[in-house]
Amino acid sequence: MQISMTVNGSDVTSEIEPRVLLVHYIRDVLRLTGTHWGCDTSNCGTCVVLMDGQPVKSCTVLAAMADGRAITTVEGLATGGTLDPVQQGFMQEHGLQCGFCTPGMMLTSRALLDVNPHPTDTEIREAISGQMCRCTGYATIVRSVQWAADHPQGIHEADETVEMATTDEMDQIHARIADATGEEVGA
Amino acid sequence: MTITVDHPANPAAGDADRPMGYGRIQRKEDPRFVRGKGHYVDDIVLPGMLHGAILRSPVAHARLVSIDTAAALAHPGVVAVITGQDLLGLNLAWAPTLSADVQAVLVTDKVRFQGQEVAFVVAEDRYAARDALELIEVEYDVLPAVVDARRALDPDAPVVRDEIEGRTDNHIFDWEAGDAVETDAIFASADVIVSQELVYPRSHPAPMETCGAVADFEPIDGTLTLYETSQAPHAHRTLFAIVAGIPEHKIRIVSPDIGGGFGNKVGIYPGYVLAVVGSIVTGKPVKWVEDRSENLMSTSFARDYIMQGEIAATKEGKILAVRTNVLADHGAFNATAQPTKYPAGFFHIFTGSYDLQAAHCTVTGVYTNKAPGGVAYACSFRVTEAVYLVERLVDTLAHQLEMDPAELRLKNFIKPEQFPYLNKTGWEYDSGDYERAMRLSMEIAGYDELRREQKEKRERGELMGIGISFFTETVGAGPRKHMDIVGLGMADGAELRIHPTGKAVVRISVQSQGQGHETTFAQIVAEEIGIPPEDIDVVHGDTDQTPFGLGTYGSRSTPVSGGAVALVARKVREKAKFIAAAMLETRPEDLEWEKGRWFVKGDPSVGKTIAEIAMGAHGTVTLPEGIDGNLDAEVTYDPPNLTFPFGAYICVVDVDPGTGHVTVRRFIAVDDCGTRINPMIIEGQVHGGLTDGVGMALMQIIEFDEAGNNLGGSFMDYLIPTAMEVPNWETGFTVTPSPHHPIGAKGIGESATVGSPPAIVNAIVDALSPLGVTHIDMPCTPARVWEAMQGRARPPV
Repeated sequence: MQISMTVNGSDVTSEIEPRVLLVHYIRDVLRLTGTHWGCDTSNCGTCVVLMDGQPVKSCTVLAAMADGRAITTVEGLATGGTLDPVQQGFMQEHGLQCGFCTPGMMLTSRALLDVNPHPTDTEIREAISGQMCRCTGYATIVRSVQWAADHPQGIHEADETVEMATTDEMDQIHARIADATGEEVGA
Repeated sequence: MTITVDHPANPAAGDADRPMGYGRIQRKEDPRFVRGKGHYVDDIVLPGMLHGAILRSPVAHARLVSIDTAAALAHPGVVAVITGQDLLGLNLAWAPTLSADVQAVLVTDKVRFQGQEVAFVVAEDRYAARDALELIEVEYDVLPAVVDARRALDPDAPVVRDEIEGRTDNHIFDWEAGDAVETDAIFASADVIVSQELVYPRSHPAPMETCGAVADFEPIDGTLTLYETSQAPHAHRTLFAIVAGIPEHKIRIVSPDIGGGFGNKVGIYPGYVLAVVGSIVTGKPVKWVEDRSENLMSTSFARDYIMQGEIAATKEGKILAVRTNVLADHGAFNATAQPTKYPAGFFHIFTGSYDLQAAHCTVTGVYTNKAPGGVAYACSFRVTEAVYLVERLVDTLAHQLEMDPAELRLKNFIKPEQFPYLNKTGWEYDSGDYERAMRLSMEIAGYDELRREQKEKRERGELMGIGISFFTETVGAGPRKHMDIVGLGMADGAELRIHPTGKAVVRISVQSQGQGHETTFAQIVAEEIGIPPEDIDVVHGDTDQTPFGLGTYGSRSTPVSGGAVALVARKVREKAKFIAAAMLETRPEDLEWEKGRWFVKGDPSVGKTIAEIAMGAHGTVTLPEGIDGNLDAEVTYDPPNLTFPFGAYICVVDVDPGTGHVTVRRFIAVDDCGTRINPMIIEGQVHGGLTDGVGMALMQIIEFDEAGNNLGGSFMDYLIPTAMEVPNWETGFTVTPSPHHPIGAKGIGESATVGSPPAIVNAIVDALSPLGVTHIDMPCTPARVWEAMQGRARPPV
């Protein structure tokens, strides 16, 4: 069958089998591999994309059902070369580690902020509760979304200060190692 | 106009204050991941690539009577169907495991666990491959299954591994550590002895990305390129050379971005071998990516230890000895990943953080009709089990003595001045200041105030519990003399090359699965050499591009590979000194180092930066004798000992008296991993591990029914904590460097997974103690907690 949809602002038309899942259409046909596939029971949410602005688990939508719809994937989250504040927030607040859940988490967060620009932590947790992360323990994801809420225009250059270990701290550490080993370390 | 933020990491890039070492800097990995531009295995598409799918056994134990593949082969798009008989012809039906046992790649004689690999279909697309699975006709002659490890050694138990010559039972190994006689003597005269059976139920690491591979065998020159979800690509290359008979120099393993590992991606699974066989048979690249159910049912499980634990003490609360007998369920094949001499991993660290007079353990491994595994899920080679054992026993003792569990621990800690401390089972702990960490954790928690709150709540009939876990980890396997995996010593290599313009590339043998190696290893080089981290590329995961080493698991990256990287940077720095001396026409011994620069002692204005030296090394400077040009070095680091990070965890739970539902209200985690390379990344590691702890303590279990059906084979039943089940973590730290490590750093990745479950269970038992509950086995689901509240606590099946 033939389907047409808008993906990240571009019109696409394809001939597909009716049974093809949207997640496989996006990944295998359109080669947009930022959308992931982490389970087979619709629990994990690594496949979340936006369909007409609403987060959907694309493993649980047939590509045919997306006919005529507008889909946003992680690849379409940045606009005009500028990262979405949500993307910036995840980097600022260490909201990702292996990166596998990240695209889905960010899209859900974007949809949340679109309707609720200043969510509470609990509202963020509820919004992402259909999605699993095995690395972060979620707290930094909540912080990442709050960062995006606090920086609705994003930033052009990151304004986060870099907290380096101070010279004093490093000297203390080196001294302790030297005490223990009799070897000079560091510089 | 808008400005594109190309490198949001290291915002100070370009100015003079660029970070040159340790501290909180953003990750170099993030820019690609937040754009959906990671490169995971299933993202790989090669020309002509085919798709493989595995037919799996629906039963746990059965003779294979026949397989009919004709209909599957006739299905449109199907290119090949491979069975065990085909593999027998290639001598690939069985593959060696990481425990020197063998594992069936495809079933030839009988099925030994539900979900076991029976046949492999290769087709033009993933849907056709799945269609064809349903067209394969298999006849099974079902046998009784060995499910309960406690009955695996019964004389009438079915024999799982009857293909092994002379094998008439399900016994795998007996192993012991410590001194039984000495321990028994102390127990015989102790004032107080507390005994408790503790079950650490079977769970699964369940990384968000499942296991998968793309195999590309090139028949003309006989080379194999294998893209894999592998935490240990070099070890895999060697094993593939042995298994598949392909010369090792013609095998290239590439571990691309990996969507979490957690120990799940250490071993070689039949799917990888089948992808390779599929590529050899079809002459085309073959992709195999398992689905979630396959991942949960057939890849490495974790834990499954039944522990009889006993602790002896004086009535004043001086802990004297611990002993334990363990029954370890290893499933149908012994594929447990651990150093060869340690069939129970590092379980003998079960003496914990306490100064004991004696300790002894025995561990018996048995076969059952379940998937293989055991060591996975951030266990540091069975340290999860060891820490759970001792921390539950100490709490049980505290209850018996009517002592505060914090006070009992403080009374028995190994003291700072006792390090290096040789414990009673042979470990030499490197360093520790336990009381300081415990007191900090209690301070953050407001421990005394919490106890007051609990007292008030108890008077109102509310169930609030406070649980403590103080753990000592043992990570960084390990000294080559004692530790190898299938004969490969556990050392790690590093190569550092400074380009003429002063940018650098460091090649490492370990493999990140999200732990941030691309950032933190650059920081180690930055700290040692003085080149900013963003100017240092960290290359890992490609066996053609990196030095040999054993990979990332057991929190060994920082202890072993981190040591290698620091040492290789120092080697380069030393070489740079000689080149700088030549450039400055002075003697090397007259030079002094400041981060990024050698200068003349007493005249800091005269010097050469590392970039200038790099250009000199590649230029026309007349180099001193013995210096061969370029600015690079390589090392292999054989660590002298493991590192022993530790932590003080306090958990606060509320239990709903009507339903048994447990809420983890607060969790305070103080960790000490010595020198901290990147506090932001450490915090993330800890958060993730604490969430594992909530999962294991409250909801995760892979159970089986009597027929051996896996009851936890999907995310419908195998429950993963979401953002709703975990609190906002409260973390703190102390710094007690490892004296033997080049930068004083210890591993941290698994600490929280190891340390948190006992804190949560201790909190739950504490909450339920007014009801007379003294123990409850994980997972503490509402149903199981409710049963415990009715006095019917039972071990999980």
